Amino acid sequence: MPATLMTDRELQFKSIAYRRALLQLIFSAGAGHTGGGLSCLDILNVLYHRILRVSPETRDSPDRDRYVQSKGHSVEALYVVLADRGFFPRTDLQTVCRYQSPYVGHPTRKVPGIEMNTGALGHGLAISAGMALAAKLDGRSYRVFTLLGDGELAEGSNWEAAMAASHYRLDNLTAIIDHNTLQITGPTRDVCSNEPLDDKWRAFGWTVRETDGHDVAALTRVLGAPPDPGKPTCVIAHTIKGKGVSFMESVPRWHHGVPTAAELARAVAELDAVETRLREEAA
Amino acid sequence: MSAPAPSVFSPTAARLAEKLGLALGQPNLDVFADTLLELARANPDILALTSDSRGSGKLAPFGQALPRQLVEVGIAEQNLVGMAAGLAACGKKPFAVSPASFLTTRALEQIKNDVCYSDVPVVLVGISAGTSYGALGSTHHSLHDLAVLRAIPNLSIVVPADNWETREAVRWAATARQPVYLRFGKAPTRHLSTGERRFEPGQATVLREGADAAFIGTGETVVHCLLAAGALAAEGRECRVISMPWVKPLDEETLLSAGRECAAVIVAEEHSVHGGLGEACASALMRAGVRVPFRIAAIPDEETVTGSQADIFRHYGLTMEGLSQAARELLEGL
Repeated sequence: MPATLMTDRELQFKSIAYRRALLQLIFSAGAGHTGGGLSCLDILNVLYHRILRVSPETRDSPDRDRYVQSKGHSVEALYVVLADRGFFPRTDLQTVCRYQSPYVGHPTRKVPGIEMNTGALGHGLAISAGMALAAKLDGRSYRVFTLLGDGELAEGSNWEAAMAASHYRLDNLTAIIDHNTLQITGPTRDVCSNEPLDDKWRAFGWTVRETDGHDVAALTRVLGAPPDPGKPTCVIAHTIKGKGVSFMESVPRWHHGVPTAAELARAVAELDAVETRLREEAA
Repeated sequence: MSAPAPSVFSPTAARLAEKLGLALGQPNLDVFADTLLELARANPDILALTSDSRGSGKLAPFGQALPRQLVEVGIAEQNLVGMAAGLAACGKKPFAVSPASFLTTRALEQIKNDVCYSDVPVVLVGISAGTSYGALGSTHHSLHDLAVLRAIPNLSIVVPADNWETREAVRWAATARQPVYLRFGKAPTRHLSTGERRFEPGQATVLREGADAAFIGTGETVVHCLLAAGALAAEGRECRVISMPWVKPLDEETLLSAGRECAAVIVAEEHSVHGGLGEACASALMRAGVRVPFRIAAIPDEETVTGSQADIFRHYGLTMEGLSQAARELLEGL
C-alpha cells in the first residue's frame, strides 16, 4: 500500500505546495519545463500518495510498483514530489541542473526513486511494457505506470509499444496521457492532430478511461480502479498546461519559460491566495 | 530456399585454408543460437527478443524449446530495444536479436538512451551483419554499426571471428552486467585455431606471430588475414595476425605492440572505412605516438557494389589476395 493516507483536501494542499516548489525550483535552476510540470503535478501527487506501492524504503524491492516518466522534460515536477516523499533530501533540489549534479534536466536513475533515464520522447511506453512483461513472466503482482505527453504521441514508437502491450495482455500496465493539448509550437491539434485519442487507444486493444487530471478524487478513482483483465489501461487525463497560475495557463511560451523574480512572486501570491481560500473553506 | 551463397574464398585461398588447418565450421549465427539455448535452459531469466527475426536469427528451436523465454514483438525494432530495456531493468537478461542494419539504425536512440544511458544489461545482437545480405543491397547492410555504437558510452562491442569466439562471447555476454553489442554474420566460418585460446574481456588474440606486417581483423575478416599471412609466408614474409573481437574497449596493448614491432599495420573489417575498428586503431596508434605504415581494408565511402558477400569482399580486397597485396604495397613502399 502507499505509505500515506491523506484526505482529498490534504492532497489539494500538497498540490499547491508542489506548484510553489516547482516554480521556485525552475526559477533557481534558471531552466525547466514549467507548463507541462504544472499540468502533470496533480497526477504525480495522486500516484505517489495513493496509487504506487513504492517508498524510499522499498525502492529496490522487486515487488515495488514502477513509474516511468516518458515525458521526461517534466522532471522538475517529479523531483519535487520525490523529495517530499523522502526519496532524497529537499536541499538536493538546489543542485538541479548545476555543474556535476546528479539532478539532470531530465530523469536519470542516478536519482533515488527514478526507474529509467528518459527525456527523448516516445521511449517510456516500450520500457514500461517490458517492465510489465517481466512482472508477468516472474509471476509478480507489481503494476507499471507511465506518463506520456499528448504531443509525444506523434512518436511512432508509442504505437509499436501500444500494439505489443495489447498483444501480451499487459493488464498490469497503465499509460497516463497528460492531455494538456499544447506542445512547444502551439495546440497539438494544429501541429499534428492526434484526435480522436480515445478511439486510437481502443483500436489498439486498450481500455480507455478519462478523467479530470487536476481533480485528485477523480484521479484516485480512475488510477485506483482494477484493470480490465487482459487489457492494458490508458488514462486520458484532461489537464491544463500551466495549471494553477493564471498567466501561465494554456500559454505556449510557458512550455519552458522560466519565471522572472516578479513573475515568480505573482505566481506564488496566486497560489497562496488559493491556499488561503481552501483553508477558509475547510474551516 | 535460396541457393547456397558463393564461397568467399578463391580456390587458391580454400586450398591454403585446408593446408593451414582452418577447418570449415558453422555460421557464427548458428553457434550463437545453440549457445543461447543452452544458457537459457539453465537460466530462466535469459530471454530472446525477436522482431519477426527468429528464423533469420536461427532461434526457431529456441522458441520451440522455451516458448516462455522467446518474446516476439513483430517488425518493430524500437519497441524491441525499449522492451528489452524494461525487462532488463526488472531483472531479466534479454538478448535483443535483429538484423544489425535495422537494430542499430532504427533503434539507435533506444540503444543510446534506454539501454546504454540507463545502464541496463541488455545484449544487443546484430545478426546478418556487414554485407551478409549480399545482393539485397545497402538497406540490409550494416557498414555503419561499429561507427555509431563506438560513440555511445557504456557499451561493449564484440565481433567474434569464429565458432569458438562466438561461443565464448555469448557465454560472457550472458553474465555481463552492462550493455553489450554482439555482431554476427551468417556465412559458415572457419575455425581459426586448434590450439589453446583464452577469451578475456577486452583482449585480442595473436593467432600468428611475425613482424613484417601485422594484420588486425575482426569478425569474418580474420580468416582472410590468416590466409594473407599464409600467402606472404610463401614469399618469406612473416606477418602477425591478430583477432580483435573487442572493438570496444580496444586492446591497445596488443595493438601498440604490433605497431611498434611490425613494419606495417593493416586493419581489415567488414564495415565502412569510417568510424570502425580501423579508425579506432589509427587513433590509438597516433595518440601513443606510434608511426607505422597503416591501411584500413574496408568498404569505401560509396554505394556498395551489387553482389554476393563473396563478390563484395573480392571487389574491395577483403580477401587473401587483396590483403596480401595491401601488405606488399605497404612494405615495398617503405
